[in-house]
Amino acid sequence: MPVKNRLKVLRAERDWSQQDLAARLDVSRQSVNAIETGRYDPSLPLAFKIADLFGLPIEEIFQRD
Amino acid sequence: MLAKFTAQRRYFLRLAVIMALYCAAIFVAVTLRKDAATPPALMAAVALVPGICIIGVFWAIGRLIVEEPDEFLRMLIVRQALIATAFALSLASIHGFLSQFQLVDRVDAYWVAVLWCFGLAVGQVINRIQYGTWGKCL
Repeated sequence: MPVKNRLKVLRAERDWSQQDLAARLDVSRQSVNAIETGRYDPSLPLAFKIADLFGLPIEEIFQRD
Repeated sequence: MLAKFTAQRRYFLRLAVIMALYCAAIFVAVTLRKDAATPPALMAAVALVPGICIIGVFWAIGRLIVEEPDEFLRMLIVRQALIATAFALSLASIHGFLSQFQLVDRVDAYWVAVLWCFGLAVGQVINRIQYGTWGKCL
């Protein structure tokens, strides 16, 4: 099932670079880029980590395409 | 002792040790082969060492997959290894049938491992095309 996400928008709102976000999530910049561009859907634990970082429920960041 | 390094660093350290052993083993094996007085049992034991070193390379890649904390990069490594396996076994199978019918010369089986390493490069290119990144250098 294709999944879209608002990661790029949320990151831009905070004026974070991909590298900033990657450091906060403790993942590589390539991971952030792959998730933002929809090439890779994160695991549930990483999705929860992203949701916690932005202080939002998962479904407000990741939605069915 | 290795715990303070990143998974990638640990991989390279392991690989460096294994390849040093491999080179030493090849040198000893080639030297002993020239000596007709080498007992067959010793020759067999020495000839096994390079192959065991190659097993070590696969072990090091396996450890990298287990230890890599980044799930996306880990997936890229797994894909790369699967593509390399398909690449090496496909070419080995084709060559095997061609040589069975004496259409090509037989080659030593260890070349399959060399093909597998070329397959890693193929896997990296495919990862780059599909996921926009080369992933980690293996």
